[in-house]
Amino acid sequence: MQAATRRKPTAFGRILVLLGALLLPLALTASGTAETPEGLPPTMGPPQGNLLMSGNQAEMWRAVRMGISGRVSILDEKAGTLVQSGGEDLRAFRNGPLSSGGGWLLLASVLVVSAFFAYRGRIKIDRGKSGRTVERFTGFERLIHWVMACSFIVLALTGLNMLYGKHVLLPLLGPVAFAELTQLGKYSHNYIAFAFMASVAVMFVMWVSHNLPDRLDVQWLAKGGGLFAKGVHPPAKKFNAGQKVIFWAVVLGGFSIAFSGICLLLPFEIHPFAATFKILNLVGFALPTDLSPLQETQLALLWHGIMALLLIAVIIGHIYIGSLGMQGALAAVTSGQVDENWAREHHSLWLAEHRGEKVGGDD
Amino acid sequence: MARMKFLCDAERCINCNACTTACKNEHDVPWGINRRRVVTLNEGKPGERSISVACMHCSDAPCIAVCPVDCIYQTEQGVVLHNKDLCIGCGYCFYACPFGAPQYPQASNFGSRGKMDKCTFCSGGPETSHRPEEVSKGGYGRNRLAEGKLPLCAEMCSTKALLAGDGDEVSNIYRERALVRGFGSGAWGWGQAYQMKSGS
Ligand code: HEM
Repeated sequence: MQAATRRKPTAFGRILVLLGALLLPLALTASGTAETPEGLPPTMGPPQGNLLMSGNQAEMWRAVRMGISGRVSILDEKAGTLVQSGGEDLRAFRNGPLSSGGGWLLLASVLVVSAFFAYRGRIKIDRGKSGRTVERFTGFERLIHWVMACSFIVLALTGLNMLYGKHVLLPLLGPVAFAELTQLGKYSHNYIAFAFMASVAVMFVMWVSHNLPDRLDVQWLAKGGGLFAKGVHPPAKKFNAGQKVIFWAVVLGGFSIAFSGICLLLPFEIHPFAATFKILNLVGFALPTDLSPLQETQLALLWHGIMALLLIAVIIGHIYIGSLGMQGALAAVTSGQVDENWAREHHSLWLAEHRGEKVGGDD
Repeated sequence: MARMKFLCDAERCINCNACTTACKNEHDVPWGINRRRVVTLNEGKPGERSISVACMHCSDAPCIAVCPVDCIYQTEQGVVLHNKDLCIGCGYCFYACPFGAPQYPQASNFGSRGKMDKCTFCSGGPETSHRPEEVSKGGYGRNRLAEGKLPLCAEMCSTKALLAGDGDEVSNIYRERALVRGFGSGAWGWGQAYQMKSGS
């Protein structure tokens, strides 16, 4: 190639170059040398065509950096975008604050639970077991609880593996086994998601009427739920204020995670963020509302991760208090039969109501 | 060692798509996947420009950073390659890539999009050497670099708009060109691809 290009210009070539040298200055408004020095290889020198440089050009390249699209002879419209900068933001946030913040959050959750255990120990039934039990949750209620719990744990573990696996499991398993496991995890995450979504929906309908906030909750919260002192048992109905907080965290957080998850299953199809940002801008935010399908998906991935980590941190607390942290609590979701004394201490009004007694103390 | 780079001179690209076609043919790229594409800006208006774009083989590549299974890596020559056996088809590299380079056989993310595919700078995959029997092993395409050849897209380019090779040489050619003609809109995409952190 080099040999061919270094050939001496022919007479015809010389005329062409001369012509070009004569004509080009007319065509070019930009300053600088326009003529092609003789003997230049064709990789050099001015190309053919209208080469007017205008202010527009600089503007066009700026627009390219901002992510404008051109035409492309591929059916996929996204291919028309030359540069997108959202990817850098995604990388910076996901590999930065999301990963590290999420890690600290999970650690903090475990530490809080451990500190609480160290301080309070296992919360016992003050009066001891009565030996008589009462049905707290029906079989159906328990089924829904466990569908949600199992699917949540699988989703959480497989999701965390997507985020942290290459730093935690990859060094242990090696690349092939880790990739295989993560692939399996991804399939599980994508399909078991539907069990989780269904259980959140059913649980919402099933328990929402018991989870509306009322005046009792204020009282319950004022006494710290009796969590911090022995023998303190603020009255509660079927669910106390703490359980209501968990309920709403699961329903709202679960919905948000599920929705962003669906956006990730159908990438580029669903665009909730521009609309949400429009509403947020009404109350003083200044968020971008002109988002490309790719940006919507990037935000969905980040939002999914943020909400997932928050909910996992909350659920760590929930799992603790429902099992190790409190004597007699786990039975509510296993056999469904809780000890009467447990029920009297933690859900006095519910127990009374359950037995058809007249309930006081609430309006 | 040479640091391989692409450069597309927007003042020279005539949107002929020979690079796209050459690439598809050389590597048996499957239907629906384009490792290289030509984008035309301001089409039909004064100042129309076309750009041929593929994986730029970034320094500090975002795709490598976000890949959950660490299947993407960079060779000594700066070429960004990936191992299809490890890829789980999550799509994160496409989300992160500034140039829209990663491609997948399926559009949806249900289960998997299939193994990611992208420009290899004509240097095959993890298992391919220059031996002829390994030419198409694993769906990476030919390893021209091992044969001492540069990427076909650039070698084919009739206007020499698309340059590929040692980054220093490529930028020298471009600089001389811009000097001779008096202008140049800058080495398109280089800021994004090569000037992030580690550079070079
Ligand atoms: C309910 C329906 C859900 C759906 C449809 C869903 C879907 C997805 C999808 C599509 C991804 C992208 C990776 C992939 O393709 O597999 C993902 C990632 C992830 N999911 Fe879910 N998911 C759901 C629920 C959950 C739950 C309940 C959690 C945790 C408690 C969770 C935690 C995560 C995490 C941590 C990631 C990784 C994020 C990242 O790598 O940046 N997901 N999910």
